[in-house]
Amino acid sequence: MAVVMHGVLLAATAATAATGHASLVDWGTFVVAAAIVLSGAIGVVVARNPVHSALMLVMTLFGIAVLFVLQRDDFLAAVQVIVYAGAIVVLFLFVIMFLGVDREENIAAEPLRGQRPLAVALVALGVTGLLLLGEVSKWTIGALSVAGSTDSSTSNVAQLGTSVYTTYLFPFEVTSALLVIAVVGAVALARRPPAVVTAPDLDLDDGLVDESAPATDDAHQEVTP
Amino acid sequence: MTGATSALNGNISGEWYLALAAVLFAIGAFGLLIRRNVLVMFMCVELMLNAANLTFVTFANMLHDIGGQVLVFFVLVVAAAEVVVGLGIVVAIFRRRANATADDFHLMKG
Repeated sequence: MAVVMHGVLLAATAATAATGHASLVDWGTFVVAAAIVLSGAIGVVVARNPVHSALMLVMTLFGIAVLFVLQRDDFLAAVQVIVYAGAIVVLFLFVIMFLGVDREENIAAEPLRGQRPLAVALVALGVTGLLLLGEVSKWTIGALSVAGSTDSSTSNVAQLGTSVYTTYLFPFEVTSALLVIAVVGAVALARRPPAVVTAPDLDLDDGLVDESAPATDDAHQEVTP
Repeated sequence: MTGATSALNGNISGEWYLALAAVLFAIGAFGLLIRRNVLVMFMCVELMLNAANLTFVTFANMLHDIGGQVLVFFVLVVAAAEVVVGLGIVVAIFRRRANATADDFHLMKG
């Protein structure tokens, strides 16, 4: 790892000498943030315990926020930390603890035969194609500053706010509808089905099987009218 | 990696960010394909969404266009809604059967 970092730093210094305007501080920040992002992502995939996966996800999200700051995108970096690391991961952790599924999973077991080689091949093919495409052609084509320029004279928040409330006003309104729909959907999913009237001689202490049978009946009754 | 504009890009050319985002997306897609735990699969989806966000911000800087950053804003909202509804579905399924792997989710099978 240290050798790789050293090599990347050397390459960074060489690039600095070649282009002349990328400072070593920028490159150092980028390399460290990229290492944090990638190691966190790998940790999410390989961790056996879902709680560890969630914590690794926090690490990745912080790295992404650092990369946002490095690109002078301060507002989204703050929102990234608050919304993703603060809300979404907490929601994940809450559900993990609520369901009590924080037990370890056997990663070595492979339920579907040939699934992993196929996944590796598919992902390698995709990422190679993507990188090759960027290498043989231009990464960016098109007109500059179509929806508004990102000049450094005004603050990032002011620019973003102006753009959201003028150019992107209708998508912003649609977003509110989406959030309302999501909240209603979550409430509908979390609602317990109303208690089913059962015959007094029915034994209710059987556990899972007895619970699931009337519940499905109830679901059918809900759909039909 | 040669090419394109990089003047405002924090002095590092945008290709590095795009390559990093591609690798991050690949890791997320790989995890989504191989993991069986639904919650971890959701986290892998979040990884992929973050890779897309990083790409949007990088393109916004490469093209000097605020639209990319606004799009990240909307992606955040969609991600929050997705997590809320997805975890709601997971909790609803868990009430019926106490298992966390995607193999057991064949409730809709005829």
